[in-house]
Amino acid sequence: MAKQRYIQAINQVFLDEMERDKNIILFGEDVELAIFGDTREVYKTFGPERVYNTPICENSLTGMAVGAAAAGRRVILHLMFGNFVYTGMDAIAHQMAKLRMMTGGQMNLPITVICGYGGGRSLAGQHSDTPFPVLMNIGGVNVVTPATPADAKGLLTTAIRGNNPTFFMEASGRGGDSGEVPEGEYLVPFGKAAVHKEGKDVTICAIGTMVRPALRVAKQLEDEGISAEVIDPRTLVPLDEDGIAASVRKTGRLVVVDESKDRCSAASHIAAVMADKCFDKLKAPIKRVTVPNVSMPYAGVAEMAIFPTPEKIYAAVKSITGELAESNA
Amino acid sequence: MTELPNVDAERRANWLALYERMLLIRRAEERVAKVAQAGGMPGGVHLYIGQEASGVGVCSVLEDSDFITSTHRGHGHFLAKGGDLKAMFAELWGKRTGICKGMGGSMHVADVSKGILGANGIVGGGIAIAAGAALGIKTGKEDKVSVCLFGDGAANQGVLMESLNMSAVWKLPVIWVLENNGLSEFTITDKVTAGEQTDRARAVGMPAVTVDGNDVLAVQKAMQEAIERARAGEGPSFIETKTYRIRGHLEAEDAFLGGYSYRKQEEIDVWKAPDKDPILRFASKLLSEGGASQADLDEIDERVIKLVDEAEQFAEESEDADPDLIHEITFDGQRP
Repeated sequence: MAKQRYIQAINQVFLDEMERDKNIILFGEDVELAIFGDTREVYKTFGPERVYNTPICENSLTGMAVGAAAAGRRVILHLMFGNFVYTGMDAIAHQMAKLRMMTGGQMNLPITVICGYGGGRSLAGQHSDTPFPVLMNIGGVNVVTPATPADAKGLLTTAIRGNNPTFFMEASGRGGDSGEVPEGEYLVPFGKAAVHKEGKDVTICAIGTMVRPALRVAKQLEDEGISAEVIDPRTLVPLDEDGIAASVRKTGRLVVVDESKDRCSAASHIAAVMADKCFDKLKAPIKRVTVPNVSMPYAGVAEMAIFPTPEKIYAAVKSITGELAESNA
Repeated sequence: MTELPNVDAERRANWLALYERMLLIRRAEERVAKVAQAGGMPGGVHLYIGQEASGVGVCSVLEDSDFITSTHRGHGHFLAKGGDLKAMFAELWGKRTGICKGMGGSMHVADVSKGILGANGIVGGGIAIAAGAALGIKTGKEDKVSVCLFGDGAANQGVLMESLNMSAVWKLPVIWVLENNGLSEFTITDKVTAGEQTDRARAVGMPAVTVDGNDVLAVQKAMQEAIERARAGEGPSFIETKTYRIRGHLEAEDAFLGGYSYRKQEEIDVWKAPDKDPILRFASKLLSEGGASQADLDEIDERVIKLVDEAEQFAEESEDADPDLIHEITFDGQRP
C-alpha cells in the first residue's frame, strides 16, 4: 500500500494499462497538457500515435470513440467535465449505448469515458453537473463512481480491460482525496458495493463525492448514540441492489446521498428499488439528499445553499432517527 | 448469334459484376417495397432505388477488411459491400436469422465481419464513427480504409465539419462519400443549404470531386484515386456523387404527406428514364461497348430474381426474433 491522491491513482492506471496493452489509445481535449492531472506524462510516454490531443468537438469525439472501438482498438476518451456528456450526447445515446444490441451483439465497444463531475467549486451552471441520471437512463453504458483512490484504481482498471462502454465519473475536485492504494495489479469488480463504516440504526448510501461528507456525519452521529452504516454503491450501472438491500434490511432506515439533481436522480432510483425490496423492514420513510432541480449557481453562498452538505445529510438522518436520539439520551 | 465487340475479358467481368450487384439491390428493394406496401414488414423502410451506382461503385474497390458506415437508406450499401441478402431480408422481416438477429431492422443492417459498421437511423450518425474507425486504422498501423457514405441531408449536421477537420489534420485513411440525392427527407436540400458541398471539404484542404453518381464507372474511378491516397498515407478525400432518390423518403410516405408533395412526378420520371437510371444506363453501355448480349443481361436478371425469391422465402419461414436476447447482448458478459 502507498498513499496516493485520487488523481494520481488514475494517472498511474493510464500509464500502467497503456504500457500493458499496446492496443489502447487515448484521446480528448487538452490531454497532452493534462489540465486535470490524470493524463500527465501519457502523451510524452506513448506519443502522438496512441494519444490524440483533440480539437474541442465532443459530439464527434464520442462518435469517434465508437468508430475506433469498432475498428478494434481499446479506447479511453477524456471528456473533461461531466457536463460535456451533454455536448457529446448524440453519439453516446444513439451509437455507444445501442450498437451492440442493434447489431445483434456483433460488436464489442471497449470504451472508457472519463470525466470529472460535481459542484462546490464555483464553476457555475455549465461545469458543475452530475449527469448520473441521464447516463443511467440510456440503457447500454456502465456508470462507475469511485469515491476513494483505491477504488479509482480498481474500477478504472476493470473499465479499461472490459468490453463494454463505461463512464468513469471522477470525484476529482482539486485532485481528489488522498488514500491508501494497493500496489501492483488491482481490479475492483463492477456491481459490488463497499461498506465504508458499519452501523445498525440507519444506512447512509452515499455516491462518489458524497462518501466523504457521509462518513463525517456518521462519525458525528456516533457521538450522539446513532449508529450509521455508510455504504457506497461504487457503480450505479450495474447497481449492487442486493448489497444495498442487505444493509437497509439490517438497519431499517435509509438516506441516499447523491450530487445529482433530485428528479430521477441516482438517489431516487435507489430509493425506489429499496422501497420495493425492503418494504417489510423499513421503519421510516426513505430520505434523499440531492441537489434541487435547478442550475448550480456561481456564488459560493448560493451554491452551498443547494449543495448536499454534511449539515443536510445530518438533518436527513435526524429526521428519521429522532426517536433513537431521545431513547439514547 | 450476334457478333460481340472484342473487349478485354477482365473489364467485361468487372462490368458484369457491377451490373449484377446493382440489379441485385434493385430487385431486392422492389420486393421489399412490395412486401412493405402490403403490410408485411414490421417497420418502415427507406429505399435506395435510383442510387445503386453510387454504393456499388464505391464498394467495388473495397476489401472485406475495409470499413463502411452507412445511412438509414442502407440496404444498397449493405449488399454492395458483400452483405448476405438472406440475412438482410430476415432482419427486415424481424427474424432471429437476421444479420442482427432481428434487433436492428432495416435502419441498422450491419455485418462487422464484412466491415459494414452499420446502417444508421440518425442522419449523420455514421460520420464520426467513420472518422473514429480511420483513427483506429491509423493507430493500429493497418492497411485498411474507412469509407463514410452519407447524404446531403447529413451534410448539414455539424458533426461533419468536426470530423472533416480531424480527418484532414491527422491525415486519416477515410473517404467521405456524399451521396447527393437532392433531398433531405421531405425537404429540397437546396432550399436549406448554402454553397457547394465540396467546398466544405476544400475548406479544410481536402481534395474534393463531384462525379455523376448514376455512372457506376465514374464513381469507381474516383474511389480508386481516393483509396490510393488513403493507403499511401496521404489522408482523406471527399467525393460527391450526384444522384437521385426515385422512391419516397420512406415507403408509404403518402400517409405522412396528407395530399401534399415536395417534388413533381415529372422530375421523378426524368430520373427513371433510360438515360438517367443507373441500371438502364449501364445496361446500354454493356450492350454497346461492354461485350455483353441481351441474353447475358436477361440471365443475370433471372439469377438475381431467384436469389430474391429464395431470400424472401427464407425470411418468411424463419423463426421470430428471440425477446430474451435483448438482455444478453446489450452488454458483453453482463445483464443490463
